[in-house]
Amino acid sequence: MKAYLSRRYHFPASHRLHSDAYDAEQNRAVFGKCNHPHGHGHNYAVQVTVSGEVDPETGMVCNLADLDAFAQANLLDRFDHTNLNLLDCFRESVSTTENLTIEIHRIFRGFTAAHLERVHVEETSNNSFDYAGNVDLRFI
Amino acid sequence: MILLTRKAEFSSAHFYWNDAWSEEENRRVFGKCANRNGHGHNYTLEVTVAGEVDPVSGFVVDLKQLKDILEREVVSVYDHRHLNLEVPEFAKAIPTTENIAIAIWQRLEGKIPNAKLHRVRVYEMPDLFADFYGER
Ligand SMILES: [Zn+2]
Repeated sequence: MKAYLSRRYHFPASHRLHSDAYDAEQNRAVFGKCNHPHGHGHNYAVQVTVSGEVDPETGMVCNLADLDAFAQANLLDRFDHTNLNLLDCFRESVSTTENLTIEIHRIFRGFTAAHLERVHVEETSNNSFDYAGNVDLRFI
Repeated sequence: MILLTRKAEFSSAHFYWNDAWSEEENRRVFGKCANRNGHGHNYTLEVTVAGEVDPVSGFVVDLKQLKDILEREVVSVYDHRHLNLEVPEFAKAIPTTENIAIAIWQRLEGKIPNAKLHRVRVYEMPDLFADFYGER
């Protein structure tokens, strides 16, 4: 039996949307208040979905304690209470939640105890992003 | 085709334990969930069905009917019960969120008229849920 397990993690962080490819005026025009010079922040919510056969011995797709430990070491210890723009992953790219979602998907591909299905990130309660690599998201 | 989702809630006790393992092994794998005195959750069930809209009623399924089916097949059996001790499918299977989603699918399959069961989602807590789509 194949089941899907989803776990939500939360972290606050700051960021500023700004591209070196634009001049100051273009940055203001494209990013609006997200370009304000000193940044701003969000309470990000990350929802990670993994899948696999339910192990008859444990009743689990994977041990939640293992997923939580992986998330603590690789997601929360890295992003929680940080300025995203100063992290290596945003040195070359804008710290939009699109790019953040793709980066978090890349991170959780390193979790080997189950198959990563998708990553969903909520930047605020009004906007959220989903990434599953190059697969069709419609039916998940 | 359109998808329709109905929610229901139940509050139940459970613990995680594999009889084939030693007490130590159970503790190691299941942590505090292995406390045999049990603990409990407010579960939220979301059942999604797929079907065509009836041109006369405008419904995929009658929501009242779906609510009654969820009540009869699931909530009346699980709510305010100890899953390990009082619900037959968990005499052997461990009542993890995954297994609860599979068990609810099996309870509902074939019981919803005019629609196909699409997904069973069970929230154990707001930050943890399992989905089952009937994939074997
Ligand atoms: Zn529990």
